[in-house]
Amino acid sequence: MSFYNTLPWYVAGPCITLVMFLLLYLGKRFGLSSSLKTTCSALGAGKKWSFFDYDWKADIWNLVFIAGTMVGGFIAYHFFMPEKAIVLSQNTNEALSQLGISNNEKYLPDFLLLKNISIKTIIILLGGGFLIGFGTRWANGCTSGHAISGLSNLQLPSLIAVIGFFIGGLLMTHFLLPLIF
Amino acid sequence: MRYISYFLVGCFFGIVLTKAEVISWYRIYEMFRFESFHMYGIIGSAVCLGVVVVQLIKKFSILSVENVPIHIEEKEKGWKRYLLGGSFFGLGWALVGACPGPIYILIGAGFGSFILVLIGALLGTLCYGIVKGKLPH
Repeated sequence: MSFYNTLPWYVAGPCITLVMFLLLYLGKRFGLSSSLKTTCSALGAGKKWSFFDYDWKADIWNLVFIAGTMVGGFIAYHFFMPEKAIVLSQNTNEALSQLGISNNEKYLPDFLLLKNISIKTIIILLGGGFLIGFGTRWANGCTSGHAISGLSNLQLPSLIAVIGFFIGGLLMTHFLLPLIF
Repeated sequence: MRYISYFLVGCFFGIVLTKAEVISWYRIYEMFRFESFHMYGIIGSAVCLGVVVVQLIKKFSILSVENVPIHIEEKEKGWKRYLLGGSFFGLGWALVGACPGPIYILIGAGFGSFILVLIGALLGTLCYGIVKGKLPH
């Protein structure tokens, strides 16, 4: 296994568990979407809406953690990933070419990149983000909070949330994306 | 001093998700088409090991850095908010190929377009906080 290849699943998965454990050990919890609420409160949303009126300063650690993920992303993408192409299964490649989306060796498809910015791209980016922010707060958690932390603690609500993630995800992938492209 | 630990754990998390390509739209698309084991292997192995870790924490009352037993909150009972909110999130996850963590990691990696996704996510969170009382939970 070369250092520069894709990190295999059996290494990445346990590493994520380690992150969950380290945060628990540090007296916190593993949940990324809470940082969105913390940010809203820090920007002053609590003055007007009670949902954001809480002691957000106690959650500053979450924003520090986020800053760390950004630096980690920068380091890994620029120094540890000389091969940016994502090697996908043959079936996925065929489905992509049917949609007219190219696997462009840039990690993300063209329609998500700034250089191809159009009204459609802006709507997709803002709209996708909106669904993520609205949905995760409604469900009280995202992939880290429910799929990893919640399922690890054998929580039924988290299993229901993960089923929800897949209902939405399958609907988008199989029915809505072909309409959008 | 503690903040340096959060920062370093975040750094490690960002590197792992980038190296494992979890932050790539293509991987999420492939996952929702059930055409690769990669993402299922990552989430599955993280959860399997996570179950063992959580059981050990509870069985041996493992202490946190503050010298108190690690306490893991139970999720509130119910199903509506989880199923409905989860489905909303799933739509967004499959559209832009990122859950909240990867949004930040992609911005850090230099994908400026994801600043728009982050703005959308903050607006979505804000909107939820405003209309919360009218939604089923």
